[in-house]
Amino acid sequence: MQLTRRDALSLGLGATALALVPLRVSAAADEAIAAFTGGAAPAMAGITLTAPEIAENGNTVPISVDSPGAVEIRVFADGNPTPAVAAFTFGPLAATHSASTRIRLAGTQDVVAIARMGDGSFAEARQTVKVTIGGCGG
Amino acid sequence: MASDVKARVKVPKSATAGGTITIKTLISHKMESGQRKDGDGNVIPRSIINRFTCEFNGQLVIDVVLEPAISTNPYFEFEATVPEAGEFTFTWYDDDGDVYTETKAISVS
Amino acid sequence: MKRTTTLVSVLALAAWTAGPTLAGPDDHQLVINDEIQIITEAAAPAHMDGIDTIYSGWRFRADETQALELDDFENPGMIGVENAMAIWETVDGSEGKSCASCHESAESSMKGVRAVYPKWNEAAGEVRTLEMQINDCRTTRMGAEKWKWSGGDMVDMTALISSVSRGMPVNVAIDGPAQSTWEKGKEIYYTRFGQLELSCANCHEDNYGNMIRADHLSQGQINGFPSYRLKTAKLGSVHNRFKGCVRDTRAETFADGSPEFVALELYVASRGNGLSVEGPSVRN
Repeated sequence: MQLTRRDALSLGLGATALALVPLRVSAAADEAIAAFTGGAAPAMAGITLTAPEIAENGNTVPISVDSPGAVEIRVFADGNPTPAVAAFTFGPLAATHSASTRIRLAGTQDVVAIARMGDGSFAEARQTVKVTIGGCGG
Repeated sequence: MASDVKARVKVPKSATAGGTITIKTLISHKMESGQRKDGDGNVIPRSIINRFTCEFNGQLVIDVVLEPAISTNPYFEFEATVPEAGEFTFTWYDDDGDVYTETKAISVS
Repeated sequence: MKRTTTLVSVLALAAWTAGPTLAGPDDHQLVINDEIQIITEAAAPAHMDGIDTIYSGWRFRADETQALELDDFENPGMIGVENAMAIWETVDGSEGKSCASCHESAESSMKGVRAVYPKWNEAAGEVRTLEMQINDCRTTRMGAEKWKWSGGDMVDMTALISSVSRGMPVNVAIDGPAQSTWEKGKEIYYTRFGQLELSCANCHEDNYGNMIRADHLSQGQINGFPSYRLKTAKLGSVHNRFKGCVRDTRAETFADGSPEFVALELYVASRGNGLSVEGPSVRN
């Protein structure tokens, strides 16, 4: 069968090459989270994590965290070489216990936000962010 | 590095007493992660902003620890309560020991 | 008080989106700082046969990438604009002049300039890009060193000059003395290069809206240049983008500022006649 370059191009264009297979969750991520929670099982409510389902570029992924009862919120990326991303501590003049920033993700993986609440308990939210492998020089 | 670093903050000029305002901050910084290698295969040393704080009249609003996973030109957005007229102080701490500070005054109506 | 602006922007974008944006362009509208209306869709200029409607590359990007361009504060490309504002006022070279010495405020004197470049320069007898004009000012008026074509100061300065024309329609002249350069650029646009034997048109005319691996192919419009790329986390020039494209065809590329790229820039700019000047834009 003859396959012209144009055919080959069209075929290639038809394929979406999302890196759908998540990076392996590193033991380091579990350890970093356990070090923060002291091993306590976090509640799965009381914190909201907003992140895109698909990130066009892993270099700049916008995220927001919001946890009204939190004293501190830590963000982890469980597939990054170094899982810790940021730690937000809220002072008396924080109007809401929320913040937005932009983060780097090495590939498709879970972003995990854990809040340490005023009463010493923990709350967790996590979301898988698919990181696409770009087309041109991506 | 220090000469390239420029901090920008966006704070409303006025607020109602006890009201909530949104603050945005952006500092130009490459945030070299320490994970990359140069053309000769040598690891490029980590060089990041590692901490950012915002205070109002000496009281804390937010204190952030940054890791290398924060993107180039670190951006933060958060909300503050403004109990009275005064001044916000924003401080960024660089791995190389430099500290960058910005202040913004706000009035209340 | 209202919620954070980012959140509002993201929600607004989400509300406009009808389902997943798997093929571009989407139907979002670009208004920068709630005041600068950007034309991201227009009838194709008469000289184009292959395309009826032209679209800014912004329309092909994901919601999160689009959101970064809605507010200058959130657009990291504006760091370059601020840097250039300082350079604008800084004396450099043997003549003791800054840009401001002749051109006063960039905001008024440079308004509209980006929209008509590249442009025929009668005295020089050549089509000039903004970079060529800036370096001519630096060497002949200021007695200063040339800037590198895609160097930081140059790209920042083109970002400043572009930023003050945002919203104005691109309108480069392609007839008269510019015509032969334009024809040359058109020929390059339709010539296949490299081991992959791809022309600009194979991707950006025949296949815009399709996926190239995981990326939406745009029409390759340059109305948003210079462009802040999330991948490189810096502003890039048009010629730098051209080099990346030609390299991806596995060809030896032309150089920054080469006659080939100057001609190609004029031709590609003319394919965007009618879209707004948008730079510094944000792309993935």
